[in-house]
Amino acid sequence: MFCEECKGKPATVHLTQVFNGQKIESHLCEECASQKSGFIFDSVNKFSIPNLLGGMFGANYSMQNVSTISIPSKCPNCGMRFIDIRQVGKLGCSECYKVYEQELEAPLRRIHGNSQHLGKIPVRGGEKVLIRKQIEVLKNKLQEAVKEEKYEKAAEIRDQVKQMENKLS
Amino acid sequence: MSINDVLNSSYIKWMDSEEGNRDIVISSRVRLARNLNKIPFPHLLDQANGEKCLEQIRDAWKKSSGSVLSSMDMVTFDQLSALDRQIFAEKHLSSPMYAASNSSLRAILVNDNGSLSAMVNEEDHLRIQCLLPGLQLGECYSRVQELDDEFEQKLDYAFDENRGYLTSCPTNVGTGMRASVMLHLPAIQMTGQLNQILQNIGQLGLAVRGLYGEGSEPVGNFFQISNQITLGQAEEDICNYLQTITEQLVEQESLLRERLQTDMKYQLEDKIGRAYGILSNARVITSDEALTLFSAVRLGVDLRILKGISLFSLNELMVAVRPAHLQKRGGREMDTVERDIKRAEVIKEKLTFVQ
Repeated sequence: MFCEECKGKPATVHLTQVFNGQKIESHLCEECASQKSGFIFDSVNKFSIPNLLGGMFGANYSMQNVSTISIPSKCPNCGMRFIDIRQVGKLGCSECYKVYEQELEAPLRRIHGNSQHLGKIPVRGGEKVLIRKQIEVLKNKLQEAVKEEKYEKAAEIRDQVKQMENKLS
Repeated sequence: MSINDVLNSSYIKWMDSEEGNRDIVISSRVRLARNLNKIPFPHLLDQANGEKCLEQIRDAWKKSSGSVLSSMDMVTFDQLSALDRQIFAEKHLSSPMYAASNSSLRAILVNDNGSLSAMVNEEDHLRIQCLLPGLQLGECYSRVQELDDEFEQKLDYAFDENRGYLTSCPTNVGTGMRASVMLHLPAIQMTGQLNQILQNIGQLGLAVRGLYGEGSEPVGNFFQISNQITLGQAEEDICNYLQTITEQLVEQESLLRERLQTDMKYQLEDKIGRAYGILSNARVITSDEALTLFSAVRLGVDLRILKGISLFSLNELMVAVRPAHLQKRGGREMDTVERDIKRAEVIKEKLTFVQ
């Protein structure tokens, strides 16, 4: 079988993509495949760390939600494309984590078994996070107060929550 | 002790091991990866952004009111010779992978006894670490936190509510923390249980490496064990987990050492005595051979079979026989053969000195 794109080289890459439940099969040579999908086909150094990591980012194909995600073309802050991230196994800047948030969800789960941070929060950058956590604590207290029918106290807590929510917006 | 003292002496804080579990656990280390908000990560840095990042960190250091940060010394890589950069790596203060670079955008900060250090523009904008003798992960963690807090007063860290501290490599995101212990496990090795145990450790989500971390092969029964997961686990939990596993390894190693002493007394003493004999009489010795023999001598010291040698001097020797340290001591560049001769000389001097 020859490559569907260049029709010259033998097709060694067989890609199955599912868009909206419709299955599309493509048969390509390595060169065309790497151009088309940003896959890593570096036969010399297949198992280098960046490549293995890059592979972690790459396995999003054939997941049913692929069609609903439109991958941003590049990070507006540093210019890294998702293809670049897959190739080097590294992100470009802090903004990449926001820009490619959805694409990163699965790879992070694969690496860490988890995608939600637990642990230290910086005082400066994490101000809002801290306030949100405090609001959560207060809301729990509020419920308790209501349960115990301490309505005056509940009103007090409610005002505190409102104040904090104002700080957030 | 200034940066120059750290470079010129072979001493550094983690070598101070005398009591407790410190014969099996050589040192503990906690490292945090931090980045500055919106500035491209080091692998994408151009001169302008690199300088911006370096300046922000230099400013944070200069203007710091914190007692920890203000007591550190800072130097950029272009101010250091290739040999000096390698010396930092051999002392475990900076990463060996970046020692070759003489970039003016890279820098290192070190405190007076080398227990705290920070690297600028390595894989991440800022990597800070605390390295202490013996099993002291909790202490390492709290001291590195202190330094982190002092940096944070002046720096705008890249942080995301869901992803935690943002790092250039997704394997570090979250806490950005890597906790590790350096272990000496000769009895586990001699009794043939090593592979099984290392395999189990791998399954527990921990990584096993050689003396010099990523990419280094274990030599002389010295191993570095560290956490792999950084996202979704709190810092204290990561430390506690590693601590628990380490304690189990120490227990197993101690048990096997006792067994060796009763069941194979002569063979054990023979092995240790021969190692000491070679080390104190060799005229030409490679780094790998030296480390393998240090392991046996170290075991002899731990088990009081060899007397008059301190663990401190053995720790010091492990670093003093590395290529950059040998050349520093010799005062010139040396090829491999010259280094092997110099190494034998240094070992002989240190081992007979203590006898």
